[in-house]
Amino acid sequence: MLDVTLQGRVNELAHETIQLCYHCHKCTAGCPVENEMTFGPDIILRMVQLGQKQETLSSPDIWLCAGCETCGTRCPNDIDIAHVMDALRQIAVAEGVKPAVPNVKRFHDIFLYVVGLTGEMHEAGLMGAYELLSGDLFKDPSIMALAANLFIKGKVPVLPQLSKNRSRVQRVIEQSRQVK
Amino acid sequence: MRKVGVFICHCGINIAGTVDVDKVAEDIQSYPGVAFATTYKYTCSDPGQQIIKDAIQQHGLDGVIVAACSPAMHETTFRRTAAAAGMNPYLLECANIREQCSWVHQNDKGRATEKALLTIQSMVEKVKRNEALDPLSLPLTKKALVIGGGIAGITAALDIADAGYPVILVEKGEHLGGKMADLSGTYLNFAAALDLLTRRIDRVLQHPNIQVITGAEVVQVDGYVGNFRATVVQGTRDPGLGNTYDVGAVIAATGYGRYPQSKLPEYGGGTIPDVIDGLTFEAMLAPGAKIQRPSDGKTPKEVVFVQCAGSRDPEHGVPYCSKVCCMYTAKQAVLFKERVPHGQAYVFYIDIRSAGKGYDEYVQRAMTDYRALYLRGKVSKIFQDGNKVIVWGSDTLSNRQVEIAADLVVLATPMAAPEGAKELAQRLHISTNADGFYNEAHPKLRPVESLTAGIFLAGTGQGPKDIPETVAQASAAAAKVMQLFSRDEMKAEPTIAQVIPELCAACGLCVKACPYGARQVDEILQVATVNPALCQACGACAAACPNKASVVRNWTPTQILFMADVLV
Repeated sequence: MLDVTLQGRVNELAHETIQLCYHCHKCTAGCPVENEMTFGPDIILRMVQLGQKQETLSSPDIWLCAGCETCGTRCPNDIDIAHVMDALRQIAVAEGVKPAVPNVKRFHDIFLYVVGLTGEMHEAGLMGAYELLSGDLFKDPSIMALAANLFIKGKVPVLPQLSKNRSRVQRVIEQSRQVK
Repeated sequence: MRKVGVFICHCGINIAGTVDVDKVAEDIQSYPGVAFATTYKYTCSDPGQQIIKDAIQQHGLDGVIVAACSPAMHETTFRRTAAAAGMNPYLLECANIREQCSWVHQNDKGRATEKALLTIQSMVEKVKRNEALDPLSLPLTKKALVIGGGIAGITAALDIADAGYPVILVEKGEHLGGKMADLSGTYLNFAAALDLLTRRIDRVLQHPNIQVITGAEVVQVDGYVGNFRATVVQGTRDPGLGNTYDVGAVIAATGYGRYPQSKLPEYGGGTIPDVIDGLTFEAMLAPGAKIQRPSDGKTPKEVVFVQCAGSRDPEHGVPYCSKVCCMYTAKQAVLFKERVPHGQAYVFYIDIRSAGKGYDEYVQRAMTDYRALYLRGKVSKIFQDGNKVIVWGSDTLSNRQVEIAADLVVLATPMAAPEGAKELAQRLHISTNADGFYNEAHPKLRPVESLTAGIFLAGTGQGPKDIPETVAQASAAAAKVMQLFSRDEMKAEPTIAQVIPELCAACGLCVKACPYGARQVDEILQVATVNPALCQACGACAAACPNKASVVRNWTPTQILFMADVLV
């Protein structure tokens, strides 16, 4: 019922010591996406401490975390909770747990695909692919207006620039996929 | 005829803003017996006191009234001033024209002025009849009795003995060391403290100034500060067979009592063999011992520690926090993990109370380095299931019910009042609180004294505390004893009850009236007596005495009648 092994695995992946958390709630109090979450950062830490693996890994919270690091910056025990959320996402993917917010996982995948392909960031490609694959295409007209503006001002080049180091970037991505 | 000087204080505008001080000074000048009267802005200031001194010498005053604040405020100050000018200090009185006059009559200045004048006039009548007194001098036995041979008693005894005074150390059990000797080690510095205890015990046993009496109890204490007589009985409870010891001070260092586990049936206390208390687990952690389940002798792998098992639980009769459990539970979890590396410790807690230097860091290390899993919530039920002990609890941090199949459960049971504390308190004329712990004289400013002069407190008999606090309190109590013994004699206020033998019928009403046990009837002389060390000058005997034979010095019925005559 209580399983302390999950805590050990997360600590190892995230290079953190989450037992230090004394649940002051400061992280959750400042989290910008907390109102979208089911539990909030400190309860997620508690669930990891107690080893409630399935519930944690299938929660939307680990995918909703924007990685803004407000929590980690404010934590009195210096726990970088964004790292912990990353570790939980890695474990979820490795164990084939269906992501509770599939589009976030999709975005990560597209990002890596685009960067792997071109060797550097290509916003138009990333956004285009995401809009098509996420099923959110044209859902939010304001985003389209913003995109149009960026195109007109030349901030988002239509064609990608190919990095001369793209094979090395590809290798980095491949290697990171091997890490469990 | 007395020559009385009257010094009227403005106290800034505190008095002068309401009372017409100049008019009072002018009017009192002509009152019979008054030789001198003046006013000053702040009489308690250095120049104000100088005015009193000068007037005493210039006018040959043999009575002084300072009309100012309450005597509780500055009577001592002004009596010292009078003594410095060569006048007997007991011929000085304070007339309270501030708290009981100017402050409460601010809306009626005319009548406040009248009241101030009357108050001073009545005090003039008193002072005219005051006796010139000298402080009492009481004998002092420079020998201490320490009750209890735990770390508190040992520390206090050594401190007093090292200062050169003899100590009688009475221990109920057969050996010195108390509850500390039952510990496997202490938190923060595990081994060093017990080694130190052993060395301290050796020092006590070899100390030329300490007489150790083990297997003994203090069955009777008579007398008063500086002059107690204690009866100590070894082995038997017949006070007739005891030895008496004359001592000047007593330190009660009796330690705490063990809370019976049987009072915790919902936790299987006393019924499930693998549910034990903290001190039982200490024995398993002791050097040379093994951590094993009482039921089958196997090494436990999953151990659940339950903090506040009784403490902070009014329903279990223990509303207080036992203060040491958070820390010793962390220590036990650490030691368990060290001895059983594959084991897992779980700790249920309500709050972690780890106030102290390095204490919180220690608890944190139990969580980080020793992987103890802390669960915030009270355990609801513990029961046997096969060879496992099932613990039902709650984790309030995640709002989840928790169930652990444990091999061993350690209950952090409360520090209870020591057995026999109430009886000993009665013998020492000190009080206990609702939980049975000895009461200190003041919870903040007099934490090692009891309300009975000469009886001091040290250690957990006064309330739950850990070893460093106990040692500090024991040394403080010892310092209080040394402070008492550093005098050649004991000075006491002479303004206490007195018996006029010609008027006394030895009826004994004063004995019943006295709340301090200071009155007795001398059966041979057939006269009531006053024990000057115990009398607190409350006047209860004077009020009770039908013959007016009992009087409080300088508060005689004659004085009071003359004062009343002025006022009504």
